Amino acid sequence: MIAIVDYGSGNIKAIANIYKSLNVPTCVAKTPEDLADADKIILPGVGSFDQAMAHLNASGLREPLTRRVREERVPLLGICVGMQLLARHSEEGDCAGLAWIDAEVKRFDERRFSHQTHLPHMGWNDLDVTRSHPLLSGLDAASGFYFLHSYYFACDRRADVLAQTEYGTGFDCAVNVDNVSGVQFHPEKSHHNGVQLLKNFADM
Amino acid sequence: MRDLGLVKTVRFGASKYVGDPVNAVRIFNEKEVDELIFLDIDATAKGAEPNYLLIEHLANESRMPLCYGGGVRNVDQVRRIVQLGVEKVAISSAAVADPDLVSRMARAVGSQSVVAVLDVRRTTPGHYEVYTRNGTLASGQSPVDLARALEASGVGEIVVNSIDNDGMMQGYDFDVVDQVRAVTTVPLTVLGGAGSLQHIKQLIDRYGIVGAAAGSLFVFKGVYKAVLINYPKPAEKRSLVQTSLFTSAQQPA
Repeated sequence: MIAIVDYGSGNIKAIANIYKSLNVPTCVAKTPEDLADADKIILPGVGSFDQAMAHLNASGLREPLTRRVREERVPLLGICVGMQLLARHSEEGDCAGLAWIDAEVKRFDERRFSHQTHLPHMGWNDLDVTRSHPLLSGLDAASGFYFLHSYYFACDRRADVLAQTEYGTGFDCAVNVDNVSGVQFHPEKSHHNGVQLLKNFADM
Repeated sequence: MRDLGLVKTVRFGASKYVGDPVNAVRIFNEKEVDELIFLDIDATAKGAEPNYLLIEHLANESRMPLCYGGGVRNVDQVRRIVQLGVEKVAISSAAVADPDLVSRMARAVGSQSVVAVLDVRRTTPGHYEVYTRNGTLASGQSPVDLARALEASGVGEIVVNSIDNDGMMQGYDFDVVDQVRAVTTVPLTVLGGAGSLQHIKQLIDRYGIVGAAAGSLFVFKGVYKAVLINYPKPAEKRSLVQTSLFTSAQQPA
């Protein structure tokens, strides 16, 4: 059973719908009890870092989530802002992140952009896979994924990075340390590549 | 959409039923469409609220980014629509009536999620006027003036939609797009008139980074316009962009 954390942020139903079409059972986790039976957890997220962190802190789910992921080592996939929360801190706000991955979240430096490059990074873009991992298996390099963000994940160690994407500068778009993974793009808005990635997570 | 059914118009006039919205989204999912714009064309004229239940259903089904427009006139509606899992919200009448509304919407959900749709009609050769309420109300303003005001208000994207070319499948109206492109660097999407992938290629060759939108091209097939949802395969679509003849030297000043 994959639990999709509902802490007030993210396209929960779109993710659940994709798993439904794959015959993978999911539940929407609103209470600590909902997390208890999960053998995998997805942490979605849209909006600003501080808002998402505040919602998570207020949801009553942070402690049970920490226990399941950090002590019981249940696999976790953070998506978009859900991935960014895994870092220590974001330049977008003042809240401390979960610090489950040694990384910072930084704002794109627009001075390095060409004149037609805007923020946020919004649209389809490609992955440059730097470490092979079951999460990224079977993906179609030519089709890419859908991104929507103005801040990017920057791992301390290159070894924790699974893939990078180029937008003015290269940034870490898929990361993994032990049971904790994160992707900056939206698999639920990325057609078959997204479905494949979500399926990979279910199969991991 | 009109009366909960998907329709395709010709010159914003006669409309032909195309199918059920949710079903169409499922088919566009299979075709791997880059992005979908969903417009409730009668919402403003009817004074109706957006159909949130339908929007939520579309957002849950859609495996691609979605833009919703129709009857949006205040910030709370925009917030609510984005919360349902929709990437962008399109406004037309509201943007023309009050460009400051665009600023307030942009502050609430970010510029990138605020799209202004300009429905344009040719008045005299080389001159265009923006219409609202599904092409029935003349705004008295040109797309060029509105584009400038919208850019100043922080709009994220402008869709230039040709009423004259709508449904005609004879090609886009480049004249109006040239005019708008010359006065703003806001991302543009062009709609109205595409009848073939060649038309889309011509658009990309002319403007480089631009959104190519089409209705009839992707829902009709053949001379008798039989309803058949279609879309280029990924390789075909990529070749339209990768073989683009656009160079920055061509960009209008």
